[in-house]
Amino acid sequence: MSALANLLQGLGSGGPDHKYSGNKPPVNQRDGAAGSSARRLTSVCLLMVAAALLALFGADLQVYSVDPWQELSRIGLGLVQPSWDDLPSLLQALAHTIAFALLAVALAAPLGLLLAMVFHWLPVRLLCAAVRSVHELFWGLIFMQLYGLSATTGLLAILVPFTGMFAKVFAEIFEQQQPEPVQTLPPAAGALKRYIYTLIPQSWPALISYSRYRFECALRSSAILGFIGLPTLGFHLETAFKQGHYSEAGALLWVFLLLIASIRWWLRPQLLPLYLLAAIWLLPETIGFSDGGSLWRFISVDILPTALRQGDGGELLDWLQMMFSEQVWPGLVQTLLLTQIAVVLSGVVVLVCYPFASRALAGPVMRWPGRFLLLVLRSTPEMVMAYVLLLLCGPSGLPVVLALGLHNGGLIAFLVANASDAEHKSPLARPDDPKGIKRYAYVETPRRFPAMLAFLFYRWEVILRESAIMGILGVVTLGFYIDSAFEEIRYDRAFLLIAVTALLNILVDTLSRRLRRFAHADSRLAKQSRNTSINCH
Amino acid sequence: MSILRRLQQLPLIAALLLSGLAQADTFVFTAIPDEDESRLQQRFGKVADYLSEQLGVEVRYIPVKSYAAAITAFRNDQVQLAWFGGLSGVQARGLVPGSEALAQGFEDQSFKTYFIANTSAGVEPADTLTDALKGKTFTFGSKGSTSGRLMPEFYLREQFDAAPEKIFSRVGFSGDHSRTIAQVQSGAYQIGAVNYSVWDSELQQGKVDQSKVQVIWTTPTYPDYQWSIRGDVDARYGAGFKEKVRAALLEMNDPALLESFPRQSFVPASNDDYAPIEATAKAIGLLDE
Repeated sequence: MSALANLLQGLGSGGPDHKYSGNKPPVNQRDGAAGSSARRLTSVCLLMVAAALLALFGADLQVYSVDPWQELSRIGLGLVQPSWDDLPSLLQALAHTIAFALLAVALAAPLGLLLAMVFHWLPVRLLCAAVRSVHELFWGLIFMQLYGLSATTGLLAILVPFTGMFAKVFAEIFEQQQPEPVQTLPPAAGALKRYIYTLIPQSWPALISYSRYRFECALRSSAILGFIGLPTLGFHLETAFKQGHYSEAGALLWVFLLLIASIRWWLRPQLLPLYLLAAIWLLPETIGFSDGGSLWRFISVDILPTALRQGDGGELLDWLQMMFSEQVWPGLVQTLLLTQIAVVLSGVVVLVCYPFASRALAGPVMRWPGRFLLLVLRSTPEMVMAYVLLLLCGPSGLPVVLALGLHNGGLIAFLVANASDAEHKSPLARPDDPKGIKRYAYVETPRRFPAMLAFLFYRWEVILRESAIMGILGVVTLGFYIDSAFEEIRYDRAFLLIAVTALLNILVDTLSRRLRRFAHADSRLAKQSRNTSINCH
Repeated sequence: MSILRRLQQLPLIAALLLSGLAQADTFVFTAIPDEDESRLQQRFGKVADYLSEQLGVEVRYIPVKSYAAAITAFRNDQVQLAWFGGLSGVQARGLVPGSEALAQGFEDQSFKTYFIANTSAGVEPADTLTDALKGKTFTFGSKGSTSGRLMPEFYLREQFDAAPEKIFSRVGFSGDHSRTIAQVQSGAYQIGAVNYSVWDSELQQGKVDQSKVQVIWTTPTYPDYQWSIRGDVDARYGAGFKEKVRAALLEMNDPALLESFPRQSFVPASNDDYAPIEATAKAIGLLDE
């Protein structure tokens, strides 16, 4: 009871102001404040776990007595024996995947930077929250109505939500900078000068490392856009899985894995102009259509319910009531329940996986298999993972929860393991540090826990967006109804459902920020987030 | 792929809000076959070459992932000709006034759907859909499919006078006929509805284990896949173009081309042939009145 009261109090006050906290020394764990912060962490964790346990009752997690072993062995065989028969189309899809990602990030990062400079302006914040609350795939489906299957659709589908994310994270990075350099400027210097001469140079490394990280996310998004028909890796991957051509799927997955793993070797700043030119060259040729009025038609006719266009209030109400009771509410409930379970499962995956990839716990050599596993988990798009799991455990929310838990858990475990490795030979390391399980239980995990929790809260919103999108695979989340609406050419329904999904996302984002601040998880994260970022997708 | 065409894309990158580039003289079509969606570009590239030869204009094929994407492309004039399913054809022609069905596959004149069941479900083949189906798990094909969704849903509603969700304990959409067979065979779903020609061809290829999955009911016949063309092609590509396209389709007799669809030949069709499909779609609420 007191935990809940504590929590509500924290929510009411909006949490402590964490401005500039990134540069304060780490909070002293031994003073009185640490006791209460530990209690807060515990209460937040207990609340999340309790909610997930409750969600287990309502969520659709039925296991079907499927006979998956034949299928599973064929998938395994395909991964071990990838087929390179169709190398030209594989390379072309790879080129398109990279081109979309590269150009989208190259445009979204500067746009995001500009928006970050005016992020204190409420309309900008709202706009950014709105655009990033809609998943890339839904943006893709929307832009496809306007620009068909074109390069424009692919670019905009990544560019639009990513700009919103860049703006938010860049603004947060600016907020965490030390104030002294700004104070050296003459008071008359305008905001633009403050940014150009102090804040941007100060935060440059953080801006670059976040952009680099987002590029990895963009590659995943770009690949996944193939699922709705753009000519990227996902196009062939979906076909290969659907038709059971697992050797081809294996080849595609390996190529994608290598692509993600090798980013740091080939993504060099001095080569960027060359890459960008190549990317423009490599964009799929657009087959245009002459009807320039499709944008207007889409806004003024397609997405509005017939009753609204005819000004029939009673019928509009009926329509809304039907949509709410048959699609919005059931989809919303399943999306939230699956999300809650997936968030907690991600936490479990982190706690189980990170020791195997950490130097201090697995050893300098034996951490490599662990790191490879985490690479596989974080590089394989959730959608693909869920697709395979769906074949294995039958059609319910279970594959969605597992895929989201494994992917996000793998991603966070990787960051946590990196944080642990960063302490190797640091002043914090002592010769009499315990080894093995004791080190895991009493040194590493307590030290990593607040940051891990903060990462999880950051990913909460991402997981929500992903569980909604998983509906495309046939699990009855909001995405299922959105996909149906597009499939039935009922854009009015699609628009309403996407708007609801976006609102839900903004709500969860706000809640997660409040909880994060309440648990003081942010302050420990600030230091890390300058090197690694968390807000993928 | 000329440099010029590449350079044309530069403004697109810069402005990003152009509505694409019109290449007025290229005739573009799309097609989603009811089975084997791999290597579409290579397979249908050959069909494009054939059409190009017959029509005397440049013809291109663009691959799409779903009926919805094909309909959008048709509506936005990104493609002028499309190989649609029965339902998607009706939807597309409804959105593009003046468009018409040109030709259908020989097999599409009397298409049918098989209801299949995993043998462990304990549903025996019968002349009608029986009450033994109630409470089982069931999968359609893709959401916009005629043979995998529209017709089976219609006959389910007719027989049980209830929505599929009320008849079965779980209703899914496998997304594809081959997947429907695979999922019913593996037991992921107990019952499924599948395009008869995909079933027959998978049976022939030995992909179906009849000790695990069997046909329990066959629907009455209905018209399915057809070529539909936009109404404004004559104005754009010259008088009589539509009839030239129809003739080229009907005269397509190279088995190498036909097997991509896969159909034995194409026969003439008209919009009226699909009136029953439209009525069915309205009856089950997939199309608004």
